[in-house]
Amino acid sequence: MSLLKIKNLTAKLADEDKQILNGLNLTVEKGQVAAIMGPNGSGKSTLSYVLAGREDYEVTGGEALLDGENILELAADERAAKGLFLAFQYPIEIPGVGQMTFLKAAINAQRKKNGLDEISTPEFIKLVNGKAKELGISPDMLKRSVNVGFSGGEKKRNEILQMALLQPKVAILDETDSGLDIDALKIVADGVNAMRSPDRSFVVITHYQRLLDYIKPDVVHVLSGGRIITTGGPELALELEAKGYADIVGKAA
Amino acid sequence: MPAVQETVDQVKAIDVDQYKYGFSTDIEMELAPKGLSEDIVRYISARKNEPAWMLEWRLDAYRRWLTMREPDWARVDYPQIDFQDMYYYAAPKSNPAPNSLDEIDPAILETYKKLGIPLREQEILAGIAPEKRIAVDAVFDSVSVVTTFKEELRKSGVIFCSISEALHEHPELVKQYIGSVVPTTDNFYATLNAAVFSDGSFVYIPPGVRCPMELSTYFRINEQKTGQFERTLIIADKGSYVSYLEGCTAPMRDENQLHAAVVELVALDDAEIKYSTVQNWYPGDSEGKGGIYNFVTKRGDCRGARSKISWTQVETGSAITWKYPSCILRGDESQGEFYSIAVSNGAQQVDSGTKMIHLGKNTRSRIISKGISAGRSQNTYRGLVSAHRRATNAKNFTNCDSLLIGDKCGAHTVPYIESKTASAVFEHEATTSKVSEDQMFYCMQRGLTQEEAIALIVNGFVKDVLQQLPMEFMVEAQKLIAISLEGSVG
Repeated sequence: MSLLKIKNLTAKLADEDKQILNGLNLTVEKGQVAAIMGPNGSGKSTLSYVLAGREDYEVTGGEALLDGENILELAADERAAKGLFLAFQYPIEIPGVGQMTFLKAAINAQRKKNGLDEISTPEFIKLVNGKAKELGISPDMLKRSVNVGFSGGEKKRNEILQMALLQPKVAILDETDSGLDIDALKIVADGVNAMRSPDRSFVVITHYQRLLDYIKPDVVHVLSGGRIITTGGPELALELEAKGYADIVGKAA
Repeated sequence: MPAVQETVDQVKAIDVDQYKYGFSTDIEMELAPKGLSEDIVRYISARKNEPAWMLEWRLDAYRRWLTMREPDWARVDYPQIDFQDMYYYAAPKSNPAPNSLDEIDPAILETYKKLGIPLREQEILAGIAPEKRIAVDAVFDSVSVVTTFKEELRKSGVIFCSISEALHEHPELVKQYIGSVVPTTDNFYATLNAAVFSDGSFVYIPPGVRCPMELSTYFRINEQKTGQFERTLIIADKGSYVSYLEGCTAPMRDENQLHAAVVELVALDDAEIKYSTVQNWYPGDSEGKGGIYNFVTKRGDCRGARSKISWTQVETGSAITWKYPSCILRGDESQGEFYSIAVSNGAQQVDSGTKMIHLGKNTRSRIISKGISAGRSQNTYRGLVSAHRRATNAKNFTNCDSLLIGDKCGAHTVPYIESKTASAVFEHEATTSKVSEDQMFYCMQRGLTQEEAIALIVNGFVKDVLQQLPMEFMVEAQKLIAISLEGSVG
């Protein structure tokens, strides 16, 4: 069964005419880790923003079904509560807002939308401390303002911490490997792998094959010109690494 | 983060343009004849049965006021005020000077109850620990209707009453200190206030006494076409301490109403005064119709050595705000602080800041100002830091941050720095930032609604000032800020 099904999606920046996504079709099965690779400017980040509901993008056609429901009409926070999570390529700083405050506000906002009671403070602290430890996030990092003064690696680990706390159905990782050294990459990949489950799907967006050594995909899609142009197994990523994008993109065109 | 949740619930409960405290109370009032003249000044003084010297003081001020010009240097814009087209005195007819709560018109008690300010001591006592009690002076239009916990405060020698009462009970104290910080000649609005002030609070803390509870005054403008001119005088004698809170609201009306108050603080040797304001006057509607003109002169005099005065203000209301709570650091080693959050939305105009006048040696001051502008509002920080020749080793730290929400509002910073001593160290930091779409999207992607996201980001921005407020008011202020910004995005 598919958890995420994108049909003929077209989208553009709200204040520009040029279409960035051009009839994109993609199906991600439940429990699957799908890698999306593509050259610069192919629409990778646009896809993640459009799915997450960023307002400066305009969907001009098609639909995106999350667990059978079209989410494109929903506000970003409602999509989040339905179980869609985006790990940002460049996590945003929020000065003055403590990490714990932010994490708790996020958890409770989603719980409320799903008709659940707020999480109790002791339960919350226990939960955060447990997950933070697994990801090598120091207590000091939890005391700071959201992403403020974090190193690149800390920011990415912080994204994975949020994912672990929010337990989404579909997690989109937007170039999570960018700016990470090998050690940081391993920690992030371990965090993701620990969350793999038959009920959860991942969309791993990346430019390089390197990340896929650590997060093994079930399927690899190649995005170019705003469409998926070819799909294959993990070996496709290796082939791209060896031959570059030009070859495959050229063939498809 | 309880505040975020509560904030959001509160925000949800009201619509844009809905000011929670906008109701008016229907009650028969005694009004002075409309307009301003020597006769009106005499009328007010007579109503209050004032001593002759007080009347002379007022008349002096009035005559001087006639020669003064309205200041026009602030970055605010409004039609000329017709000072003859308003009432300068409005008191509940039933009993303008009640001796006990039983004599107060029930409609007034009901009004304060609706505002969340219980005036019956037994109601306050129920369920509140003694150390958390707050004594309240309730000012309704021109008069103080009741002051709670007066007796209990008297046990420790603290005098807390209306200034009218103080004029009768403690004339020597009033005479010694009134006008000694803000003289009748000070500025257009302060001089007007001196002529026509009708009531306000009076506080005296005797030497060495730490005031056993928070004191507060709650100002309510109710009557139409009426200006409110209150005068507050707080004296902290040697080695004493007091924390004082001020709150204000008014009904929603199409007309503009004038509020021109004067607050004078005097801190003697080793005394400390902490003065907090949560100002929520009716701001007018989103088109800029109606609202209060808040033209206020607040000044503290650190008269004694090692004394300290601290102003904390959360300003969310008023159509126009023009106020600069200041400190005169006269005593050696005295300290002044100013913590401010000024939120403007809709068509509001704010020109606010502080003055730190360093006169004594080794004096220190600290200014933290956070301006948040949304809608089409204009928000200006205007501040002066000066050091006199004698003020050796004066130190100031100033931090002014502005946050913009949307692209139709403005933030302005106008700092004046004057130093006549080479040993002074003045630091000034200023930033302007915007609630970015990135931040909003990030928060919403994690599940927060638009209102929750704004509340969270703004609360982060003002955090270091909010922390200066007494605990109970911190949560209150957080909610207020979020409500004021409702409808500011999208």
